[in-house]
Amino acid sequence: MKIVVAIKQVPARDSQLRIAPAAKWIDEADLSYEINEPDAYALEAGLQLKERNGGEVVALSAGPARSATTIREALAKGADRAIHIDEDLAAFDPLAVAQMLAAAVKGEGADLILTGLQSDDLGYGQTGVILAELLGMPHATIIMQVEKSAGGIRVKRELEDGWYQHVEMPLPALLTIQSGFSKLRYATLMGIKKAKSKEVRRVTAESLGVAAGTPSVVLERIYLPERTKHTQLFEGSPKEAAAQLVEKLKFEARVI
Amino acid sequence: MSILAVLEQRSGQWNRMSFETLAAAQQLAKELGDTASAAVLGDGVEALAGELASKQLEKVYAVEHELLKDYTPDAYCAALGQLIDRFHPAVLVFPHTYQVRDFLPKLATSRNRVAVSDVIAHRVENGHAIVVRQLFQGKVNADVRFGGEFPHFASLQAGAYRADQVAEGTAAVEVFHPSILPGQIRTAPQELFRESQRAVDLGAADIIVSVGRGIKEADNIALVQELADALGGELAASRPICDAGWLPMERQVGSSGQTVAPKLYLAVGISGAIQHLVGMKGSRTVVAINKDADAPIFEVADYGIVGDLFQVVPELIAAVKKAK
Repeated sequence: MKIVVAIKQVPARDSQLRIAPAAKWIDEADLSYEINEPDAYALEAGLQLKERNGGEVVALSAGPARSATTIREALAKGADRAIHIDEDLAAFDPLAVAQMLAAAVKGEGADLILTGLQSDDLGYGQTGVILAELLGMPHATIIMQVEKSAGGIRVKRELEDGWYQHVEMPLPALLTIQSGFSKLRYATLMGIKKAKSKEVRRVTAESLGVAAGTPSVVLERIYLPERTKHTQLFEGSPKEAAAQLVEKLKFEARVI
Repeated sequence: MSILAVLEQRSGQWNRMSFETLAAAQQLAKELGDTASAAVLGDGVEALAGELASKQLEKVYAVEHELLKDYTPDAYCAALGQLIDRFHPAVLVFPHTYQVRDFLPKLATSRNRVAVSDVIAHRVENGHAIVVRQLFQGKVNADVRFGGEFPHFASLQAGAYRADQVAEGTAAVEVFHPSILPGQIRTAPQELFRESQRAVDLGAADIIVSVGRGIKEADNIALVQELADALGGELAASRPICDAGWLPMERQVGSSGQTVAPKLYLAVGISGAIQHLVGMKGSRTVVAINKDADAPIFEVADYGIVGDLFQVVPELIAAVKKAK
């Protein structure tokens, strides 16, 4: 089974975000980056499928030069090789990003394309499904389990309120993977060593023949949300704050 | 030109977010000087569509086909594509459900558009809608403009619009029969199921103490359990804690877990991603303990302590025991 896993590098989860002066994006100085968490689960899903069924795992990532560290980590965890679309994504809307991904995987003949269900930065939650449509593949989203079946694959889809559903589909197909799919592995020392000699193919939007074009969604302005709710905050030492909170819970909210 | 609300039903039951979407479509139409219509897809949905005849809408489309009985992205996109071609709505709005997340990007792509997902508000400027959505798990807001020609697509976050603001009136119900062939449908959906009977019914608890990523290690959960015990409440968690296997999935609060509305919801080390907030924001009193003063959980909290939970929680346990 040949599996392509699309991964994205995003600001680390605990980052203190500041809005850049033009208010079009955040200030990227001093930020640290990591793999988008749902994409880490997509990679894990891909590696497990390869272990069970044989084949190859190709990591695919679009992003600026710094994305190379995230790609290297994917290789260290067990991806066989990688494709890096070396572009700053700011000028591209989700459709244009997916067009680049589609162009980059076209010659790969993948049986299965996996990606996380959404990114922790833009959070559109659409790249995977758009990619499936561009490639003419069937898809399913928010997937918790994948197994091979006679005609292709059988997946377990998560729905709201604790409901699930199995869906069968032929290959090639695209799945977006939910966080918590399985425990994540760590890269081993051997893996890190091996990763250094694995192939990373570098391409650009231009070499893929994709132009940013006229975006169909435009980020006009970004800003920190105004707090609409007045939260009563308790200050002082932890002991003082705890005492004040309990007093409010007892006499104002009357829940203790 | 009009605004079309595409509503969601399953087995003849409305998804409750459908009426929020309907209210949003009516508001948008009013502000843009347009009309609002609604569509519902399925097999035998004429009666459901009929329920909308008393709403202030131009048209209600019952999109009928036996292949729309069980949801598949292929059948839904085929049907909606034909509906768009026939009636040319300018803007289509959808509830941001798991089902819409599954097919809307495909539908928009087939029209060479990008849907704006998970919208929390809108305003109209110079006759154009600007929508607001959240980035970075709710830490940053963005004003987004639609580029390019109609149709435009948007999905609306749960709770962003109020179902009780749907305007009453009259609407003409029209049945629309798309043509869909079995061969167009590539995925085979099976019955819905739940993993197991839930042993814990968080929905019945008066007090819930919920723990998130801030707890750092599985062993530290005992501390939060102790707080729950002191308060006589149930222990719950945000998704990452259950994903890590530190607590069973049945204790998860949020869009993929349980929806709760206790008298007291005390969130410990939970940043408050929207997927969590939708599961608990109906709680009567919300308390947040978090080291990050900018965490979105404070957006819904009545009381808060900004600080290190490992220092605050032991003091809180002592104070609760003393107060009881």
